[in-house]
Amino acid sequence: MTALDLGAPAAPRLTLRRFALAAEPYLYCAPALILIAAIMLVPLVLGLSYAFRDLVLLDPASGDFIGFTHFVEVWQDDNFWNALRNTLVWTVVAVGLQFGLGLVLALLLNQPCPGRGIIQALVFLPWAVPSFLSGLNWAWMFNPVIGPLPYVFHWLGLTDRPENLLSDPAHALWGPIIAMVWWGIPFFAITLLAALQSIPKDIFEAAALDGAGAIERFRSITLPFLAPTMAITVLLRTVWIANSADLIVVMTHGGPADSTQILASYIFTQAFQRLDFGYASALAAVLLVLLLGYAMAIVLLRQTLLSRS
Amino acid sequence: MRGAGHWTFHYGMLALFTAFALFPLFWAFKVSVTPNDLLYSEGVRLWPSRVSFAHYGTVLRHSDFPLFFRNSVVVSTGTAVLSTLFAAAGGYAVSRFSFRGKLPIIGLLLVTQMFPLVMIVAPIFRLLAPLGLTNSLTGLIIVYTAFNVPFAVFLMGSFFDGIPKELEEAAMMDGASRFQALLQIILPLTLPGIAATLGFVFTAAWSELLFALMLNSSTAASTFPVGLLAFVSKFSVDFGQMMAAGIMALIPVCIFFFLIQRHLVQGLTAGAVKG
Repeated sequence: MTALDLGAPAAPRLTLRRFALAAEPYLYCAPALILIAAIMLVPLVLGLSYAFRDLVLLDPASGDFIGFTHFVEVWQDDNFWNALRNTLVWTVVAVGLQFGLGLVLALLLNQPCPGRGIIQALVFLPWAVPSFLSGLNWAWMFNPVIGPLPYVFHWLGLTDRPENLLSDPAHALWGPIIAMVWWGIPFFAITLLAALQSIPKDIFEAAALDGAGAIERFRSITLPFLAPTMAITVLLRTVWIANSADLIVVMTHGGPADSTQILASYIFTQAFQRLDFGYASALAAVLLVLLLGYAMAIVLLRQTLLSRS
Repeated sequence: MRGAGHWTFHYGMLALFTAFALFPLFWAFKVSVTPNDLLYSEGVRLWPSRVSFAHYGTVLRHSDFPLFFRNSVVVSTGTAVLSTLFAAAGGYAVSRFSFRGKLPIIGLLLVTQMFPLVMIVAPIFRLLAPLGLTNSLTGLIIVYTAFNVPFAVFLMGSFFDGIPKELEEAAMMDGASRFQALLQIILPLTLPGIAATLGFVFTAAWSELLFALMLNSSTAASTFPVGLLAFVSKFSVDFGQMMAAGIMALIPVCIFFFLIQRHLVQGLTAGAVKG
């Protein structure tokens, strides 16, 4: 082939045509890729470089290269460690509850029954609610002046008197977590439902004929079929939830007394309120490394599990 | 046949989920139609003894909300159209061609979904400010389009995968160029996919808060989320008006959601089947 190509050079028009054909997929991709490069990749590299500079917006004297100083500060910053702990709790609890409840909902909706269409549309509705709005909505629900929840908690004997959960440092993080779970259940339910509906029905029938009970069928058919979808959605959602600051910014601003500050909201506060772009970027770089480490651990774990089975 | 006990449990559970999903929205609506004098005097109850839409009138006439609403419509529509256009082209390439660099491109798109967007808040501000793209709706459209294009490419790609290749191959045999075949044969068939992508991106752009807060601080260029948040911190006592504004912010996205919900599940199912 190669020798033939070299021996008989194609006519110029043919080469041009071939070039156009070869370039076609790149042309289709170009607008998206150029935009992503300009708005996401360049800022990402810049952001990483800011982490090594003393950069405060509106302060012309700043901007010097300062090496790893910011990272030493991060290490000594109690707020960072506090935010890291909160990030862990926030992410694990929110993902766990969303996943568990989303799975139950998907299993319920997978059974054909009268009224399923309308129930599905209603129960998925929270997903359409902008997340800042669901934050506000839940902040109102927890508010003792207009919201019902303080009275419910009081009535259940959880609190001595109706008070705002969001102003209690010991439990405030539950506020944004509940809002996040409310907002995120539909996402898990939609993706898991889609995966459930792609399981061939005859496998279940065969297993039922062989005398397998409902729990047995769930364990040996449904779970293995769902596993890949579960792994991907949990991975993506974990990263996404760990990164999302808007619910917390809207509901508590990280307070009271930093008890709801997660890394993402701490970064945003540093950049937006203190305009300390250098330190914010250093914190963001740490978060990026942690998330990359997490993603790699998951992928490795999956590989080991796959090669063992 | 399943027993009555099973169905009681089934519908009972679904009722709990539906109640959990709808109650906060119901509550916001209830407070938005409660007249101020009843809000405090009646205590906590499920429905006020008198209903009024006065809060809606006040918000529409005596606040900047119509402006914020207009800004959000401009930004979200612009973002949705631009993203879908770019994603249709990109998704078509990913679905129909095999070319050098395809895997790295897909990997790149995935990576953009993984890293913390808060990381690029500061650099984007510094990049856009000298170009006059902060406090500008155009700036927001550009930024949001970049954020939404990666997922939209995957979505469009999975819809293109659902259309047989033979269709455009037949058209090309008849002498049409690939681009003509794409425009005249494939795109009309992908209309549900295009609608789903438009709706998805519109909703995402309508909801975005942090970048809008950072990039557009002036009232004239504020979007709905920023306006609502400013409203909340400024008039934090007037719950009725706040909730009226919140309910109005919900209307466009809910309409979109109901229109596209089915297609979105379809697109995800196609993706799930493909693996």
